[in-house]
Amino acid sequence: MSAPLLRLEGVHTHIGAYHILHGVDLDVAQGELTVLLGRNGAGKTTTLRTIMGLWQASQGSIRFDGEDIGACRTPEIAQHGIAYVPENMGIFADLTVCENMLLAARGARRAQDIDERRLTWIFGLFPALQKFWQHPAGLLSGGQKQMLAVARAIVEPRKLLLVDEPSKGLAPAIIQNMIAAFRELKQTDTTILLVEQNFHFARQLGDRVAVMDDGRIVHSGAMAELAEDEDLQQRLLGLSLAAHQ
Amino acid sequence: MLNRLFSGDLPRSRMLTLLLIAIVAGLALVPFIFPGAKAINVAAKICVFIVLVASFDLLLGYTGIVSFAHTMFFGIGAYGVSIALTRMGPTWAAVAAGIAAALAMSLVLSLLIGLFSLRVKAIFYAMITLAVASAFQTFASQMSEITGGEDGLSFKVPELLRHGFALSDQPFLGVSLDGKLISYYLLFAVSVVLFLLMLRIVNSPFGRVLQAIRENDFRAEALGYRTVVYRTLSNVLSAGFATLAGVLLALWLRYNGPDTSLSFEIMIDILLMVVIGGMGTMYGAVVGATLFVIAQNYLQDLMKLASDAANGIPLLSNLVHPDRWLLWLGILFVVSVYRFPTGIVGKLRAKVLGKP
Repeated sequence: MSAPLLRLEGVHTHIGAYHILHGVDLDVAQGELTVLLGRNGAGKTTTLRTIMGLWQASQGSIRFDGEDIGACRTPEIAQHGIAYVPENMGIFADLTVCENMLLAARGARRAQDIDERRLTWIFGLFPALQKFWQHPAGLLSGGQKQMLAVARAIVEPRKLLLVDEPSKGLAPAIIQNMIAAFRELKQTDTTILLVEQNFHFARQLGDRVAVMDDGRIVHSGAMAELAEDEDLQQRLLGLSLAAHQ
Repeated sequence: MLNRLFSGDLPRSRMLTLLLIAIVAGLALVPFIFPGAKAINVAAKICVFIVLVASFDLLLGYTGIVSFAHTMFFGIGAYGVSIALTRMGPTWAAVAAGIAAALAMSLVLSLLIGLFSLRVKAIFYAMITLAVASAFQTFASQMSEITGGEDGLSFKVPELLRHGFALSDQPFLGVSLDGKLISYYLLFAVSVVLFLLMLRIVNSPFGRVLQAIRENDFRAEALGYRTVVYRTLSNVLSAGFATLAGVLLALWLRYNGPDTSLSFEIMIDILLMVVIGGMGTMYGAVVGATLFVIAQNYLQDLMKLASDAANGIPLLSNLVHPDRWLLWLGILFVVSVYRFPTGIVGKLRAKVLGKP
């Protein structure tokens, strides 16, 4: 495993009276795609939101690219080069596809100001976005909204992408498109931390995997190991890959 | 050229384009088409309210901030020039000093309210602004030595704007070229410029961020935007434009008092105009302000005609009696909000947007 770009050590998060994360230890290696797996309510989304500063960690340290970002506010964390794709297609529905992209392309006033090569590459990944470029994002289908959310995160080069359940609620054909897009994204050496419940989706993309349960990391290792070990899958996730296919 | 003038935000609906052309042409030609004091007064009020409602829409429709202190800034503008002209005499220097002082006061107040209050939840912010606005209204009434108290201030305007001033002895197309006409066209031109400036702001990258914050401030923060800074800036800009609208009103009326520019009734009128026109559209301010002010001023006359026509029909003549104009105004608004939940402009624009 290469040097970690992101390291969480003993991270605890409280939301109101609830203690959600109970000392999360997680490394995300540079240039790899790490999948965070776990059942509903295990603390996966809370982990991403805590990294992003949307919920403050009450204890522990979060180091990104050698800097402690645990006390930083969300906008500062984003400015460090971390992009966040929230679950449920986190787009701005009243704005057009173009305006959504411009929001993430800091310094671009108009579409012409976005790096043309990068935009062409994004249109190659998600052709629907080019077609509906001037349409309000709220009128797109679920799959197209998810594509837009991912495209917005990569419209500028980022050091780390945090992606929360990109396959949630999508039709199988769209999921295959999404897998192809992430595979291509991996070729660019982008570091990705992906939260997933869909193991079939996760195993096709992940270099490494961390499994969460009850606010803790209960397993971490290579995805290939977990994909081959049905007993381990059964023990950690309550399923086997064979049953899932 | 036209696209640049409107900052790339054209009406996008043929019906809306025609409606806007009719309103602007009507306002531009009022002194020539409808002679008489009432028509020009109504047109001037429409111009002032277009600026005021658009400035409120910048805050409510584009940023999602509910504020009840908007009339306070409107009042600060009106009191700024009123006090300056009363104390310094009817000169352009007094007008400039009044505008500068009013803008400075609005800037400081809006900045303070924004920085201290915009971190709290929307409902608490609305309550804070309501309290501040009420306190300011009481303050203005009690500082009678400066503000004229409940009686307000009547003052003289620079000579060019006085009704007695004549640009030419010869009327043009039957209309006297006097100070009143100059005042009206000055007000009209300034309103157009201020409106186009606001249109430019909401269609700039800054405006895009405001809309993102309105939809979901967490997502906007996750993209790297400091939402408190943007909300505060929106608050300051909106207050600045409301202040300038107050200046225009005071210069037109040559009078200002608490009921003219600070009353809570004006705040409710602004809210209705925004909702009827369509929130977050800017053009909604033009349509909403025009329909509302016209209804406020001419519904009674219209009902008098209807009442005379229905004379002898016992229930109907009573129902459409001019004294009941407020009831009918209320019914009209309920119907329009029911019929156009996204406002007239929202409805007209929705028709041209197709689902991909």
